[in-house]
Amino acid sequence: MHSDPAEVKKSVRSYITVFVMLMVFTVITVAAASAHLAVPLAITIALIIATMKGSMVAGVFMHLSHEKQLIYGALLLTAAFFFMLLFLPVLAYMDRVKY
Amino acid sequence: MEIPYIVEARPDTGLHNGKLGIWLFLASEVMLFGALFSTYILLRVGASEWPHGELSVPLGTVNTIILIASSVTMVMAWASLKLNDWGKHRLYLGLTFLLALVFLINKYFEYSEHFGKGEGPWHSTFFAIYFTLTGLHGLHIVGGMVVMAYFLGPGAKLWKKNPDQFSNRIEATGLYWHFVDLVWIFLFPVLYLL
Repeated sequence: MHSDPAEVKKSVRSYITVFVMLMVFTVITVAAASAHLAVPLAITIALIIATMKGSMVAGVFMHLSHEKQLIYGALLLTAAFFFMLLFLPVLAYMDRVKY
Repeated sequence: MEIPYIVEARPDTGLHNGKLGIWLFLASEVMLFGALFSTYILLRVGASEWPHGELSVPLGTVNTIILIASSVTMVMAWASLKLNDWGKHRLYLGLTFLLALVFLINKYFEYSEHFGKGEGPWHSTFFAIYFTLTGLHGLHIVGGMVVMAYFLGPGAKLWKKNPDQFSNRIEATGLYWHFVDLVWIFLFPVLYLL
């Protein structure tokens, strides 16, 4: 977290850059969706772009690119449980009753 | 008794308590939305067919742009405090509040249209998960607006008494707000485009 005014001014420039990039990625997401690609490909592209946008918000706006170790540790643990949650439907699908 | 480590960092964590607190809260929020995203996947994978084109993509796109813009104004509100510019801080925080309000107004029109056509949460699995996810997200927007209104109103007095503590509070508000934006970044393609 920057507190020095010169560093903050530098950060402001990166906020504007990220804003422009987020807008561009939003346009790309909508354009890709209107291209009527095959569903698996469309899902992959949309989620890759959303992940890139999310990383920019977390890294720059939430200052995660330079944060304390304890926060990284807490988020790593959260991410592990988050992916377990997302994996649950896959387990349920594999365990489904076949008719 | 004075509460310790509200401004200066704790020696063992390297963080002031408010910052650690907001991050732990956001971690719990990740699990809350994670459970609902997981539910969405389960419902979608299990469905024999999934509707497309039920939602207004232009309105969803506009709301995405609004939330991204509000994230920028929020971080600028915090940066203005660090640059000791109170006037700009007020301007940016006020703009963030207004953008949040516009987002909710758009959502109101969107919801009204669906309810008008009888497409409530009871209509289909798609609308059930749509209203659950966007409704919970909308409640988070309202929560953020309440906090922002407090800092635009009575909470602003703290700036004169303890500017560092006030900056920390705005930083925590910002972290929450960016998280709300981040959730929408995933909700938009998942619900509107795919």
